[in-house]
Amino acid sequence: MAKIKPSKGAPYARILGVGGYRPTRVVPNEVILETIDSSDEWIRSRSGIETRHWANDEETVAAMSVEASGKAIADAGISAEQIGGVIVSTVSHFKQTPAVATEIADKLGTNKAAAFDISAGCAGFGYGLTLAKGMIVEGSAEYVLVIGVERLSDLTDLEDRATAFLFGDGAGAVVVGPAQEPAIGPTVWGSEGDKSETIKQTVPWTDYRSGEVAKFPAITQEGQAVFRWAVFEMAKVAKEALDAAGISAEDLDVFIPHQANERIIDSMVKTLKLPESVTVARDVRTTGNTSAASIPLAMERLLATGEAKSGDTALVIGFGAGLVYAATVVTLP
Amino acid sequence: MAATQEEIVAGLAEIVNEIAGIPVEDVQLDKSFTDDLDVDSLSMVEVVVAAEERFDVKIPDEDVKNLKTVGDATDYILKHQG
Repeated sequence: MAKIKPSKGAPYARILGVGGYRPTRVVPNEVILETIDSSDEWIRSRSGIETRHWANDEETVAAMSVEASGKAIADAGISAEQIGGVIVSTVSHFKQTPAVATEIADKLGTNKAAAFDISAGCAGFGYGLTLAKGMIVEGSAEYVLVIGVERLSDLTDLEDRATAFLFGDGAGAVVVGPAQEPAIGPTVWGSEGDKSETIKQTVPWTDYRSGEVAKFPAITQEGQAVFRWAVFEMAKVAKEALDAAGISAEDLDVFIPHQANERIIDSMVKTLKLPESVTVARDVRTTGNTSAASIPLAMERLLATGEAKSGDTALVIGFGAGLVYAATVVTLP
Repeated sequence: MAATQEEIVAGLAEIVNEIAGIPVEDVQLDKSFTDDLDVDSLSMVEVVVAAEERFDVKIPDEDVKNLKTVGDATDYILKHQG
Protein backbone atom coordinates (compact mmCIF):
# COMPACT_ATOMS: atom_id res chain seq x y z
CA MET A 1 0.00 0.00 0.00
CA ALA A 2 1.32 3.46 -0.89
CA LYS A 3 2.29 5.58 2.06
CA ILE A 4 0.79 9.08 2.41
CA LYS A 5 3.13 11.72 3.78
CA PRO A 6 1.69 13.32 6.94
CA SER A 7 1.10 17.07 7.04
CA LYS A 8 3.31 19.10 9.33
CA GLY A 9 1.94 21.99 11.31
CA ALA A 10 3.06 24.38 14.05
CA PRO A 11 3.23 23.08 17.64
CA TYR A 12 0.65 25.65 18.80
CA ALA A 13 -1.35 28.63 17.54
CA ARG A 14 -1.97 32.13 18.85
CA ILE A 15 -3.78 35.33 17.98
CA LEU A 16 -1.14 37.63 16.49
CA GLY A 17 -3.18 40.69 15.62
CA VAL A 18 -6.67 42.16 15.88
CA GLY A 19 -8.55 44.82 13.94
CA GLY A 20 -12.03 46.29 13.91
CA TYR A 21 -14.29 48.39 11.74
CA ARG A 22 -17.25 50.33 13.09
CA PRO A 23 -19.57 52.00 10.57
CA THR A 24 -19.45 55.79 10.41
CA ARG A 25 -23.10 56.35 11.35
CA VAL A 26 -23.62 56.39 15.12
CA VAL A 27 -27.25 55.73 16.06
CA PRO A 28 -28.43 56.91 19.48
CA ASN A 29 -31.48 55.49 21.28
CA GLU A 30 -33.51 58.55 20.21
CA VAL A 31 -33.54 57.25 16.64
CA ILE A 32 -34.80 53.84 17.80
CA LEU A 33 -37.59 55.58 19.72
CA GLU A 34 -39.00 56.95 16.45
CA THR A 35 -40.41 53.50 15.66
CA ILE A 36 -41.05 51.87 19.05
CA ASP A 37 -42.93 52.96 22.14
CA SER A 38 -40.14 52.87 24.73
CA SER A 39 -37.68 55.21 26.43
CA ASP A 40 -33.96 55.85 26.56
CA GLU A 41 -34.01 54.89 30.24
CA TRP A 42 -35.80 51.59 29.53
CA ILE A 43 -33.38 50.63 26.75
CA ARG A 44 -30.33 51.48 28.87
CA SER A 45 -31.61 49.65 31.95
CA ARG A 46 -32.53 46.49 30.00
CA SER A 47 -29.47 46.35 27.75
CA GLY A 48 -26.84 48.91 28.68
CA ILE A 49 -26.93 50.14 25.09
CA GLU A 50 -26.54 53.89 24.51
CA THR A 51 -25.55 53.96 20.85
CA ARG A 52 -24.83 51.51 18.05
CA HIS A 53 -23.37 51.83 14.54
CA TRP A 54 -25.42 51.21 11.41
CA ALA A 55 -23.72 50.62 8.08
CA ASN A 56 -24.46 52.69 4.97
CA ASP A 57 -24.69 51.33 1.43
CA GLU A 58 -20.92 51.45 0.93
CA GLU A 59 -20.19 49.72 4.22
CA THR A 60 -20.92 46.26 2.89
CA VAL A 61 -20.06 43.01 4.67
CA ALA A 62 -17.05 42.65 2.37
CA ALA A 63 -15.92 46.29 2.68
CA MET A 64 -16.11 46.30 6.49
CA SER A 65 -14.27 42.95 6.61
CA VAL A 66 -11.46 44.20 4.37
CA GLU A 67 -11.00 47.27 6.61
CA ALA A 68 -10.93 45.25 9.84
CA SER A 69 -8.69 42.57 8.32
CA GLY A 70 -6.19 45.09 6.97
CA LYS A 71 -5.75 46.44 10.51
CA ALA A 72 -5.43 42.91 11.95
CA ILE A 73 -2.79 41.97 9.37
CA ALA A 74 -0.81 45.15 10.09
CA ASP A 75 -1.15 44.52 13.84
CA ALA A 76 0.19 40.98 13.35
CA GLY A 77 3.17 42.32 11.41
CA ILE A 78 2.73 39.98 8.47
CA SER A 79 1.77 40.52 4.84
CA ALA A 80 -1.47 39.48 3.18
CA GLU A 81 0.37 36.99 0.90
CA GLN A 82 1.27 34.94 3.97
CA ILE A 83 -2.41 34.29 4.81
CA GLY A 84 -3.36 30.74 3.91
CA GLY A 85 -6.96 30.74 5.10
CA VAL A 86 -9.82 33.23 5.44
CA ILE A 87 -12.79 32.22 7.60
CA VAL A 88 -15.77 34.56 7.72
CA SER A 89 -18.56 34.14 10.23
CA THR A 90 -21.73 36.03 9.37
CA VAL A 91 -25.50 35.64 9.28
CA SER A 92 -26.19 38.89 7.47
CA HIS A 93 -24.47 38.63 4.11
CA PHE A 94 -27.36 38.54 1.67
CA LYS A 95 -25.61 36.98 -1.27
CA GLN A 96 -24.89 33.46 -0.21
CA THR A 97 -23.12 32.32 -3.36
CA PRO A 98 -20.24 32.68 -3.65
CA ALA A 99 -18.97 32.87 -0.07
CA VAL A 100 -18.01 36.45 0.79
CA ALA A 101 -14.70 35.11 2.17
CA THR A 102 -13.38 34.66 -1.37
CA GLU A 103 -13.95 38.32 -2.27
CA ILE A 104 -12.31 39.42 0.98
CA ALA A 105 -9.32 37.14 0.42
CA ASP A 106 -8.87 38.59 -3.06
CA LYS A 107 -9.31 42.25 -2.06
CA LEU A 108 -6.77 41.83 0.73
CA GLY A 109 -4.21 40.51 -1.73
CA THR A 110 -3.80 37.02 -0.33
CA ASN A 111 -2.19 34.41 -2.57
CA LYS A 112 -5.29 32.32 -3.37
CA ALA A 113 -5.95 31.63 0.32
CA ALA A 114 -8.54 28.97 1.15
CA ALA A 115 -11.66 31.00 1.93
CA PHE A 116 -15.09 30.08 3.23
CA ASP A 117 -18.02 31.35 5.29
CA ILE A 118 -19.47 29.76 8.41
CA SER A 119 -22.81 30.28 10.11
CA ALA A 120 -22.62 30.00 13.88
CA GLY A 121 -24.49 33.10 14.99
CA CYS A 122 -23.01 34.89 17.98
CA ALA A 123 -20.65 31.96 18.62
CA GLY A 124 -19.13 32.42 15.16
CA PHE A 125 -15.88 33.97 16.34
CA GLY A 126 -15.10 31.05 18.66
CA TYR A 127 -16.05 28.54 15.99
CA GLY A 128 -13.80 30.29 13.48
CA LEU A 129 -10.93 30.59 15.95
CA THR A 130 -11.14 26.87 16.68
CA LEU A 131 -11.06 26.00 12.98
CA ALA A 132 -8.11 28.37 12.43
CA LYS A 133 -6.15 26.83 15.29
CA GLY A 134 -6.80 23.37 13.83
CA MET A 135 -5.63 24.44 10.37
CA ILE A 136 -2.39 25.89 11.75
CA VAL A 137 -1.54 23.00 14.06
CA GLU A 138 -2.48 20.48 11.37
CA GLY A 139 -0.38 22.30 8.80
CA SER A 140 -2.81 23.36 6.08
CA ALA A 141 -2.13 27.07 6.62
CA GLU A 142 0.54 29.10 8.40
CA TYR A 143 -1.63 32.16 9.03
CA VAL A 144 -5.42 32.26 9.10
CA LEU A 145 -7.68 35.28 9.19
CA VAL A 146 -10.84 34.88 11.30
CA ILE A 147 -13.46 37.54 10.61
CA GLY A 148 -16.76 38.16 12.41
CA VAL A 149 -18.91 40.58 10.43
CA GLU A 150 -22.56 41.61 10.55
CA ARG A 151 -25.02 44.09 9.14
CA LEU A 152 -27.73 43.19 11.63
CA SER A 153 -29.51 46.48 10.96
CA ASP A 154 -30.71 44.76 7.77
CA LEU A 155 -32.29 41.99 9.89
CA THR A 156 -33.80 44.24 12.55
CA ASP A 157 -37.53 44.78 12.89
CA LEU A 158 -37.58 48.43 13.88
CA GLU A 159 -41.15 48.05 15.16
CA ASP A 160 -40.31 45.20 17.57
CA ARG A 161 -39.83 46.90 20.92
CA ALA A 162 -37.99 43.85 22.33
CA THR A 163 -35.22 43.84 19.72
CA ALA A 164 -35.23 47.11 17.73
CA PHE A 165 -32.61 48.67 20.00
CA LEU A 166 -30.33 45.63 20.30
CA PHE A 167 -28.48 45.16 17.08
CA GLY A 168 -25.58 46.91 15.43
CA ASP A 169 -23.22 46.53 12.49
CA GLY A 170 -19.47 46.09 12.25
CA ALA A 171 -16.54 43.81 11.57
CA GLY A 172 -13.82 42.38 13.79
CA ALA A 173 -10.89 40.30 12.61
CA VAL A 174 -7.92 38.45 14.05
CA VAL A 175 -4.85 36.90 12.48
CA VAL A 176 -4.06 33.50 13.95
CA GLY A 177 -0.59 32.08 13.40
CA PRO A 178 2.04 29.63 14.67
CA ALA A 179 3.34 29.69 18.25
CA GLN A 180 5.91 27.83 20.34
CA GLU A 181 3.76 27.98 23.50
CA PRO A 182 0.02 27.30 23.90
CA ALA A 183 -1.87 30.59 23.49
CA ILE A 184 -5.35 29.34 22.56
CA GLY A 185 -6.81 26.89 25.06
CA PRO A 186 -9.10 23.96 24.40
CA THR A 187 -12.48 25.09 23.06
CA VAL A 188 -15.60 24.12 24.96
CA TRP A 189 -18.30 24.31 22.31
CA GLY A 190 -21.55 22.75 21.27
CA SER A 191 -25.09 23.19 20.04
CA GLU A 192 -28.58 22.86 21.51
CA GLY A 193 -30.86 22.57 18.52
CA ASP A 194 -33.81 21.73 20.76
CA LYS A 195 -33.78 25.44 21.67
CA SER A 196 -33.65 26.66 18.06
CA GLU A 197 -36.88 28.64 18.51
CA THR A 198 -35.45 30.96 21.18
CA ILE A 199 -33.44 33.09 18.71
CA LYS A 200 -34.33 32.87 15.04
CA GLN A 201 -35.11 34.53 11.75
CA THR A 202 -38.87 35.16 11.62
CA VAL A 203 -39.53 33.43 8.29
CA PRO A 204 -37.46 31.76 5.53
CA TRP A 205 -36.48 33.96 2.56
CA THR A 206 -38.62 31.78 0.29
CA ASP A 207 -41.78 32.72 2.23
CA TYR A 208 -40.96 36.37 1.65
CA ARG A 209 -40.23 35.80 -2.04
CA SER A 210 -43.49 33.94 -2.61
CA GLY A 211 -45.41 36.77 -0.97
CA GLU A 212 -46.66 34.47 1.78
CA VAL A 213 -45.41 37.10 4.24
CA ALA A 214 -45.21 40.79 3.44
CA LYS A 215 -42.64 41.77 6.06
CA PHE A 216 -38.93 41.31 5.38
CA PRO A 217 -37.44 38.63 7.68
CA ALA A 218 -35.89 39.78 10.95
CA ILE A 219 -34.26 38.27 14.01
CA THR A 220 -36.54 37.64 16.98
CA GLN A 221 -35.84 36.19 20.38
CA GLU A 222 -37.52 35.08 23.57
CA GLY A 223 -35.82 37.47 25.95
CA GLN A 224 -36.29 35.67 29.26
CA ALA A 225 -35.39 32.23 27.91
CA VAL A 226 -32.28 33.61 26.22
CA PHE A 227 -31.28 35.49 29.36
CA ARG A 228 -31.59 32.41 31.55
CA TRP A 229 -29.63 30.23 29.15
CA ALA A 230 -26.97 32.86 28.50
CA VAL A 231 -26.32 33.67 32.14
CA PHE A 232 -26.64 30.36 33.90
CA GLU A 233 -25.85 27.71 31.28
CA MET A 234 -23.09 29.78 29.67
CA ALA A 235 -21.47 30.48 33.03
CA LYS A 236 -21.01 26.70 33.33
CA VAL A 237 -19.47 26.58 29.84
CA ALA A 238 -17.16 29.49 30.70
CA LYS A 239 -16.05 27.65 33.84
CA GLU A 240 -15.41 24.49 31.81
CA ALA A 241 -13.24 26.47 29.39
CA LEU A 242 -11.19 27.86 32.29
CA ASP A 243 -10.78 24.37 33.75
CA ALA A 244 -9.86 22.91 30.34
CA ALA A 245 -7.12 25.54 29.98
CA GLY A 246 -5.93 25.00 33.57
CA ILE A 247 -6.62 28.64 34.39
CA SER A 248 -8.28 29.81 37.61
CA ALA A 249 -10.47 32.91 37.83
CA GLU A 250 -7.61 34.53 39.77
CA ASP A 251 -5.20 33.92 36.87
CA LEU A 252 -7.53 35.67 34.46
CA ASP A 253 -6.83 39.25 33.31
CA VAL A 254 -9.71 39.88 30.93
CA PHE A 255 -13.23 38.56 30.30
CA ILE A 256 -14.63 39.11 26.81
CA PRO A 257 -18.11 37.62 26.58
CA HIS A 258 -20.24 38.04 23.47
CA GLN A 259 -21.62 41.58 23.70
CA ALA A 260 -25.29 40.62 23.67
CA ASN A 261 -26.60 42.75 26.49
CA GLU A 262 -24.88 44.36 29.49
CA ARG A 263 -27.34 42.73 31.89
CA ILE A 264 -26.20 39.30 30.68
CA ILE A 265 -22.58 40.38 31.11
CA ASP A 266 -23.24 41.66 34.68
CA SER A 267 -25.04 38.48 35.69
CA MET A 268 -22.37 36.25 34.15
CA VAL A 269 -19.64 38.08 36.06
CA LYS A 270 -21.65 37.60 39.27
CA THR A 271 -22.43 33.93 38.58
CA LEU A 272 -18.79 33.19 37.68
CA LYS A 273 -17.64 35.08 40.80
CA LEU A 274 -14.90 36.79 38.79
CA PRO A 275 -12.49 38.78 40.96
CA GLU A 276 -12.58 42.59 40.74
CA SER A 277 -9.14 42.48 39.13
CA VAL A 278 -10.57 40.99 35.92
CA THR A 279 -11.22 43.58 33.19
CA VAL A 280 -14.66 43.01 31.68
CA ALA A 281 -15.49 44.03 28.09
CA ARG A 282 -18.55 46.30 27.92
CA ASP A 283 -18.31 47.39 24.31
CA VAL A 284 -22.06 46.68 23.94
CA ARG A 285 -22.80 50.14 25.39
CA THR A 286 -21.64 51.93 22.25
CA THR A 287 -21.61 49.13 19.69
CA GLY A 288 -24.81 47.20 20.41
CA ASN A 289 -25.00 43.49 19.70
CA THR A 290 -22.99 42.74 16.56
CA SER A 291 -23.25 38.94 16.79
CA ALA A 292 -20.13 37.26 15.37
CA ALA A 293 -18.26 40.59 15.28
CA SER A 294 -18.75 41.46 18.94
CA ILE A 295 -15.84 39.58 20.54
CA PRO A 296 -13.06 40.73 18.18
CA LEU A 297 -14.50 44.28 18.21
CA ALA A 298 -14.50 44.30 22.03
CA MET A 299 -10.99 42.81 22.09
CA GLU A 300 -9.72 45.48 19.72
CA ARG A 301 -11.23 48.26 21.83
CA LEU A 302 -9.85 46.96 25.14
CA LEU A 303 -6.35 46.83 23.64
CA ALA A 304 -6.72 50.23 21.94
CA THR A 305 -7.83 51.97 25.15
CA GLY A 306 -5.16 50.27 27.24
CA GLU A 307 -7.72 48.55 29.49
CA ALA A 308 -6.10 45.28 28.38
CA LYS A 309 -2.58 44.67 27.13
CA SER A 310 -0.74 42.28 24.88
CA GLY A 311 0.04 39.03 26.69
CA ASP A 312 -2.99 39.24 28.98
CA THR A 313 -4.94 36.04 29.56
CA ALA A 314 -8.53 36.41 28.37
CA LEU A 315 -11.60 34.21 28.55
CA VAL A 316 -13.77 34.59 25.44
CA ILE A 317 -17.23 33.11 25.13
CA GLY A 318 -19.76 33.43 22.33
CA PHE A 319 -23.34 32.17 22.46
CA GLY A 320 -26.44 32.69 20.40
CA ALA A 321 -28.83 31.51 17.72
CA GLY A 322 -28.81 27.76 17.26
CA LEU A 323 -28.47 27.68 20.08
CA VAL A 324 -24.69 27.41 19.79
CA TYR A 325 -21.78 28.33 22.02
CA ALA A 326 -17.98 28.35 22.10
CA ALA A 327 -15.63 29.35 24.93
CA THR A 328 -11.86 29.36 25.17
CA VAL A 329 -8.98 31.00 26.98
CA VAL A 330 -6.57 33.00 24.81
CA THR A 331 -3.45 35.10 25.17
CA LEU A 332 -4.21 38.57 23.83
CA PRO A 333 -2.16 39.76 20.84
CA MET B 1 -38.55 18.81 54.16
CA ALA B 2 -40.96 20.94 52.17
CA ALA B 3 -40.99 24.67 52.98
CA THR B 4 -44.11 26.31 54.42
CA GLN B 5 -45.80 29.32 52.85
CA GLU B 6 -44.18 31.54 55.46
CA GLU B 7 -40.72 30.15 54.76
CA ILE B 8 -41.17 30.59 51.02
CA VAL B 9 -42.19 34.25 51.36
CA ALA B 10 -39.24 34.88 53.66
CA GLY B 11 -36.93 33.14 51.19
CA LEU B 12 -38.30 35.10 48.22
CA ALA B 13 -37.89 38.32 50.23
CA GLU B 14 -34.20 37.56 50.75
CA ILE B 15 -33.75 36.75 47.07
CA VAL B 16 -35.56 39.90 45.88
CA ASN B 17 -33.55 41.93 48.35
CA GLU B 18 -30.29 40.53 47.04
CA ILE B 19 -31.18 40.94 43.35
CA ALA B 20 -33.19 44.18 43.28
CA GLY B 21 -32.22 45.77 46.61
CA ILE B 22 -35.83 45.90 47.81
CA PRO B 23 -36.26 45.87 51.65
CA VAL B 24 -37.34 42.38 52.79
CA GLU B 25 -40.38 43.75 54.63
CA ASP B 26 -41.80 45.08 51.34
CA VAL B 27 -42.01 41.61 49.85
CA GLN B 28 -45.60 40.57 50.66
CA LEU B 29 -47.97 38.06 49.05
CA ASP B 30 -50.04 40.69 47.24
CA LYS B 31 -47.07 42.57 45.79
CA SER B 32 -46.47 42.51 42.05
CA PHE B 33 -42.85 41.84 41.10
CA THR B 34 -42.78 44.35 38.26
CA ASP B 35 -45.19 47.04 39.46
CA ASP B 36 -44.46 47.11 43.20
CA LEU B 37 -41.00 45.64 43.65
CA ASP B 38 -39.11 47.03 40.64
CA VAL B 39 -38.15 43.54 39.46
CA ASP B 40 -37.99 43.76 35.65
CA SER B 41 -38.32 40.77 33.30
CA LEU B 42 -34.59 40.00 33.36
CA SER B 43 -34.24 40.34 37.15
CA MET B 44 -37.29 38.08 37.39
CA VAL B 45 -35.27 35.36 35.66
CA GLU B 46 -32.56 35.77 38.30
CA VAL B 47 -35.19 35.58 41.06
CA VAL B 48 -36.62 32.41 39.50
CA VAL B 49 -33.24 30.71 39.19
CA ALA B 50 -32.35 31.59 42.80
CA ALA B 51 -35.75 30.29 43.95
CA GLU B 52 -35.25 27.06 42.01
CA GLU B 53 -32.01 26.40 43.87
CA ARG B 54 -33.31 27.39 47.26
CA PHE B 55 -36.58 25.45 47.14
CA ASP B 56 -35.55 22.53 44.93
CA VAL B 57 -38.17 23.32 42.32
CA LYS B 58 -38.14 23.63 38.51
CA ILE B 59 -39.82 26.72 37.06
CA PRO B 60 -39.76 26.49 33.25
CA ASP B 61 -39.60 29.64 31.08
CA GLU B 62 -43.21 29.25 29.95
CA ASP B 63 -44.42 29.36 33.57
CA VAL B 64 -42.35 32.40 34.58
CA LYS B 65 -44.72 34.85 32.85
CA ASN B 66 -47.61 33.63 35.02
CA LEU B 67 -45.82 34.53 38.24
CA LYS B 68 -47.03 38.11 38.55
CA THR B 69 -47.14 38.47 42.33
CA VAL B 70 -45.17 37.13 45.28
CA GLY B 71 -48.31 35.10 46.05
CA ASP B 72 -48.28 33.51 42.56
CA ALA B 73 -44.66 32.47 43.03
CA THR B 74 -45.29 31.19 46.55
CA ASP B 75 -48.24 29.06 45.41
CA TYR B 76 -46.20 27.70 42.50
CA ILE B 77 -43.32 26.72 44.75
CA LEU B 78 -45.66 25.18 47.36
CA LYS B 79 -47.22 23.01 44.66
CA HIS B 80 -44.06 22.02 42.79
CA GLN B 81 -41.31 21.82 45.42
CA GLY B 82 -39.35 18.57 45.69
